[in-house]
Amino acid sequence: MRFVDEYRDADKAQALATEIAALCEPGRQYKFMEVCGGHTHTIYKHGIEDYLPESVSLVHGPGCPVCVIPMGRVDDAIAIAHEPGVIMTAFGDMMRVPGGNGSFLDAKAAGADIRMVYSPLDALKIARTNPDRKVVFMAIGFETTSPSTAMTVLRAAAEGIDNFSVFCNHVTILPAIKAILDSPDLRLDGFLGPGHVSTVIGCRPYEFIARDYGKPLVCAGFEPLDLLQSVFMLLKQLAEGRCEVENQYTRVVPWDGNLRALAAIGQVMQLRPYFEWRGLGFISHSALRMRDEYAAYDAEHLFEVPGVRVADPKACQCGEVLKGVLKPWECKVFGTACTPETPIGTCMVSSEGACAAYYNFGRFTRQRLTEATRV
Amino acid sequence: MTTERTAGRAERAVAEAEVTTGHEVGRLSREQQVLQRIERARRRPPKIRESRITLAHGAGGKATHSLIEGMFVEAFRNPTLEELDDGAVLSVGANRLAFTTDSYVVSPLFFPGGDIGDLAVNGTVNDLAVSGARPLYLSAGFILEEGFPVAELQRIVTSMAAAAERAGVQVVTGDTKVVQRGKADGCYVNTSGIGVLERPVALGSSHVRPGDAVVVSGPIGDHGVTIMLARGELDIAADLASDTAALHGLVDVLLDAAPGVRLMRDATRGGVATILNEVAQAAQLAVVVDEASVPVRPAVTGACELLGIDPLYVACEGRLVAVVDGAQAEAALAALRGHPLGDGAAVIGRVAADPPGMVLLRTAFGGTRVVDMLVGDPLPRIC
Repeated sequence: MRFVDEYRDADKAQALATEIAALCEPGRQYKFMEVCGGHTHTIYKHGIEDYLPESVSLVHGPGCPVCVIPMGRVDDAIAIAHEPGVIMTAFGDMMRVPGGNGSFLDAKAAGADIRMVYSPLDALKIARTNPDRKVVFMAIGFETTSPSTAMTVLRAAAEGIDNFSVFCNHVTILPAIKAILDSPDLRLDGFLGPGHVSTVIGCRPYEFIARDYGKPLVCAGFEPLDLLQSVFMLLKQLAEGRCEVENQYTRVVPWDGNLRALAAIGQVMQLRPYFEWRGLGFISHSALRMRDEYAAYDAEHLFEVPGVRVADPKACQCGEVLKGVLKPWECKVFGTACTPETPIGTCMVSSEGACAAYYNFGRFTRQRLTEATRV
Repeated sequence: MTTERTAGRAERAVAEAEVTTGHEVGRLSREQQVLQRIERARRRPPKIRESRITLAHGAGGKATHSLIEGMFVEAFRNPTLEELDDGAVLSVGANRLAFTTDSYVVSPLFFPGGDIGDLAVNGTVNDLAVSGARPLYLSAGFILEEGFPVAELQRIVTSMAAAAERAGVQVVTGDTKVVQRGKADGCYVNTSGIGVLERPVALGSSHVRPGDAVVVSGPIGDHGVTIMLARGELDIAADLASDTAALHGLVDVLLDAAPGVRLMRDATRGGVATILNEVAQAAQLAVVVDEASVPVRPAVTGACELLGIDPLYVACEGRLVAVVDGAQAEAALAALRGHPLGDGAAVIGRVAADPPGMVLLRTAFGGTRVVDMLVGDPLPRIC
């Protein structure tokens, strides 16, 4: 496949791996966080860690949008879905995320009309073809997806579609990174910046991370070679004593972001004073809600939302696992109360979360798996 | 290099434990304790946790297995059923018969390359064929929704008849039910089939050995992606058709060329990955797949890439997966490639002793990953 295969070349990867190994200081351990769930997926899907030396480890960050949705919000969305006449629409990966009382899939089995869509525009199409129903879009995601939600609301307004609304759960990436940076027990050497988010917000907003917190960040693409090159760039900064924000994903990410997308977000949405993140707790100014001018498209305004808060169990230590302070098996509830079938925290919700991966495959060391695949 | 790395890892682990906790023995054993606890939980018989059936119970992954093993096998327990193969092999007098059943609920009913009718015949014929049997007789059960156009039913039945003729089987009994409008999605078809085992083959996961080769008969995922696109929800167009086909002829040439066939499967729901997981778990061996050798059409790769799903989990309806004695892999491949339905055949992996029960993938990029059993439907990702 053109424009994909070029970024998956095993020979180039081997060459980069050699350069990466050469940059590592003997005896030093490096921990980099990939902020975005899409990166975690690429790392896992292509087996990128096989190209990294033992001394470089990647920590999966909070950037999986479905994993950070607190259980109470899922319950609220399910309550809306059960209202008479409602069609709830959601992205595919939202369907399995458990709330306090089951997931969208369970609610669908219990009779709610919940449909999977690939874009909010598909939800708008459903609204157009079902004028007697109330179509709600479960909006989730970082700045990657919020522009498309905003544009859809603007389209609905322009077309005068009045049976479409948004249950807004959009979050913003910077406060989450800041929450991790502010943690006193942080043990990270740098960040692989979220490439998709950066197509919208650009690289400039990350500058405080290097300037104020002394951690380098490389805005990284999503193909395996992108990630290897980004790790290389981080190590090179450390080796040269630099601490900067760099852009590896220049073919897509403009330094100043996408101003039109940002304007659309700003027109339709505004910051919430605070929002709860699964595993990280309440974070100030970390999420978006619909502006009052667009209350007619705001499901929180149109429906009775129970707003019951389902607290993460106190014993849940996802925050520590996310920050790389604890290993999954060191968490108090790991493997007992918290399992892939009955996940408590964000790290267990996604199959690529650190805890789910360790639960399923932790008994096999990377070494043993790698050796098994050699002929 | 490898031993150096292992030694280095062990030294570092101990050093790290000493630095951070000061009592490394307790710490190492705690991780072991946690892993053992998980292992115990894993060995417990599967249980159905949900209070209602969800779509995941029909997706072929973990939930389907918990339903089958936690409820159906529990209730109907007998040695033949416990094999959990595509078809049951039964001794009747001096003969060995294969018996199987399958229901078809595909939507849309008509799609590029086929329809629910030929799917219903081919699918059951294939379940018999991969049991090592020559398919003989089918039953056909129809559940029809009030208001369903007769012309469409005629189309489906005509295509079933044609498929049965191609497969050399007769539909010898049947059943019809009509349910009220809204109680079914147009037309569902169930077929059961009987075949006879004429060869002295012994197939099954207990015959699989380390060193065996894993073969597929052609590009994977055509059917699943064709259906997804035919639903028209995606606004993606591709020049693709379902691979639905009866595989008994292909099975014949394979068994002629390679008597060391250990087992065969028809890679339907859950795709090749699900089958390989079932094999690995049943045999308590590892299956190591080489991603670069897995045949996938560019249109399927492209659609999967866009949708964020893995072709290894996408259904086929006319693809044989066979585990063959490693020494006969070349002969098996040559035989398959000599048949019109197998010209895209490839060896995609091999069986190894360690780690037991796991499917591993050597990625085209040169890394390693575990190919797990699917948790639910393959849901598209947003990021």
